[in-house]
Amino acid sequence: METLMTILVGFLVMIAVYLLLSRNLIRVILGTAVLSHAAHLLLMTMGGLKKGSAPLLGEDAESYTDALPQALILTAIVISFAVTAFLLVLAYRTYKKTGTDNLQELRGFEDE
Amino acid sequence: MKINDVILQTVTKIVVFIILTFGVELFLSGHNNPGGGFIGGLVLSSAFVLLYLVHDIETVHKGIPFDFKKIAALGAFLAVGTGIGSALFGKHFLTQAAGHFTLPVFGETELSTVLVFEAGVALTVVGVVVTIISTISEDV
Amino acid sequence: MNNIIAMPMIIPLLTGIILVFLRHNTKTQRVLSILSSIATVAVSLVILHQIQQEGILRLDFGGWLPPYGILFVADSFSMLLVATTSIVTGILLIYAFSSIGQQFEHMFFYPFVFFLVAGVNGSFLTGDLFNLFVCFEVMLLSSYVLITMGGRKVQLIESIKYVTINVLSSWFFLMGIAYLYGTIGTLNMAHLSVRIAEVGQGPLLTVISLIFLIVFSLKAGLLLYFWLPGSYSAPPTVIAALFGALLTKVGMYALFRVFTLIFYHEPIITHTAIGVMAILTMIGGSVGALAYNDIRKIVSYNVVIAVGFILAGLAISTEVAFQGAIYYLIHDMIVKALLFLLAGTMIYLTGKTKIEEMSGLIRNYPALGWLFFITMLSLAGIPPLSGFIGKVFIGQGAIESGSFALLIVAFASGIFVLYSLLRIFLNCFWGETIINEDDDVPLKKGMLVPCILFAIMTVAIGIGVEGLAPYVSDAARTLMNPEIYIEAVLQGNR
Repeated sequence: METLMTILVGFLVMIAVYLLLSRNLIRVILGTAVLSHAAHLLLMTMGGLKKGSAPLLGEDAESYTDALPQALILTAIVISFAVTAFLLVLAYRTYKKTGTDNLQELRGFEDE
Repeated sequence: MKINDVILQTVTKIVVFIILTFGVELFLSGHNNPGGGFIGGLVLSSAFVLLYLVHDIETVHKGIPFDFKKIAALGAFLAVGTGIGSALFGKHFLTQAAGHFTLPVFGETELSTVLVFEAGVALTVVGVVVTIISTISEDV
Repeated sequence: MNNIIAMPMIIPLLTGIILVFLRHNTKTQRVLSILSSIATVAVSLVILHQIQQEGILRLDFGGWLPPYGILFVADSFSMLLVATTSIVTGILLIYAFSSIGQQFEHMFFYPFVFFLVAGVNGSFLTGDLFNLFVCFEVMLLSSYVLITMGGRKVQLIESIKYVTINVLSSWFFLMGIAYLYGTIGTLNMAHLSVRIAEVGQGPLLTVISLIFLIVFSLKAGLLLYFWLPGSYSAPPTVIAALFGALLTKVGMYALFRVFTLIFYHEPIITHTAIGVMAILTMIGGSVGALAYNDIRKIVSYNVVIAVGFILAGLAISTEVAFQGAIYYLIHDMIVKALLFLLAGTMIYLTGKTKIEEMSGLIRNYPALGWLFFITMLSLAGIPPLSGFIGKVFIGQGAIESGSFALLIVAFASGIFVLYSLLRIFLNCFWGETIINEDDDVPLKKGMLVPCILFAIMTVAIGIGVEGLAPYVSDAARTLMNPEIYIEAVLQGNR
């Protein structure tokens, strides 16, 4: 299972890199979102996948899965949520101001 | 072209309350079970987003006349406040306390300062999400 | 139990939150922000003093003992930086009062400055790698907002690059944390250090350490500084000064912490890499500082040179070099803030950004000219000023450890710093004045006072270095002997 997940992470990173390298601003933002999801998945995989029962009170089990990676991921998701939302607002404002979402056309812009 | 969204509007009237109730349920079931402030807050804010979709922003703001930026700040204040509260009582920063109380309607209930912390998180999430949505949609 | 050491993060955080409610009340915002800055400075000085008596302090959040809980650790190194951060922010706020304008003050300028400071102080204080990530993100999110504030075209375009590159580096950070947790099974920095010392830093762990090197190099601007000059020259003066003084320093602090506490077993690979990167950074920064005619660009490239110089201290990795690096870090925070303020004031007064378009400013604004002169000497490391002591110690360390390539490049970069600033000085302050007596823009007192305060600080640190010495040598000793830090975190001293 871990191997499969690792391959999936690699696949997500591949997609993210492709999107990040494109010229379209929205695609870049999608790329950052996919990239952070890849990181979250990696965190979960590295913490060890299902080794025991869910770490909840009331689950009578011999062993529990490590809960720390999930806590880490939740924090990381919150942060990437905030960053993605900010990037979307930023991209929208930039589009309104410059009239383009093509990064090539935004290059080498001198102060107005 | 005016979109005919009578069905959506009618369904929303009921669904919004289901979503809000579910949000509160998720919020309260936290601590020992899946749920908690962040998820509850997200579900609550999804209800507001649905309202924004169905009606326009002005109508919603007339009905819910809050400044959501301030709600976010209030939430953050509550969350940090519980941390400082424990410092005031001479405990480690962010120490939480819990106790069992007998309340008139609920009977024996476990109350904890985590609840205040989580309420702060939920308010922050609602405030931030709604602020973001209204920032993007303001001048469309 | 030392709840006081969470205060340098909590006070700014709380102030920021309260200021959100006072959005339209400019006067209250200003008073509160100054009071809170003073409180933060006072608290951090108290903690700094306390460390000298009681050793390294730690605070376990919620009473969860390490290595299970999150904790804050205050040693001399981190507290020196926290204290400097608080002082620099306080003085920059005074400059903001007269320069930033109503529009910004109503757009939550002060709250985000305080969130930024909370993130910076949190990063300095935390003793947990994931907590470091969170504090970094608090700082970065505030910096994203600050850099776009005002919404000029060039700001928006620069901030897209800035945000994207930082998302990428955060991704590397998370990846490094994931790998480290997978291999070592802990994220508490002291605990990590213990476990890595037990199992030995094999090739796998060295590769992970290189991931962290990439992450922090991106944040600090070590070799990977290509994003820095553009984004630091876009925002308004105060924000640029705040960035130039604080943001890269956090990356440098993290590099110091990680490569002295956790990954210090393979210096041939990691520290050599840092040394090579530092040399390339200094060369690249010098080229940039000479190549541009835009004042803001020249100043930003000066930040880059300083990054290379300070991290040369880490590459040399002796106690003397660490002392030098710490002195230089403190000096650099103060003088870079001053340099950015002066450059911004010059642009405000003339309305021009290119050096060949300005001339003879010293005739109209003699105080500004002399302040710039002092800054220039301080950055070049002329004796009675604060840059001197750091340079001497780093040089001494380099000679002792025989790293002559670093020594030569580091001191040559000093000459380039001097030359690039002399170019500004000769072009802008000397020569025929371009401004008539009638239409010269008055230099506001609120702009001049903070610059003078910074100048006084650089002179004071230079002359009164004896007073600072016990703190700095304690900080360097802790960096050199990680067991002191580990001892304090994992046992006793509750």
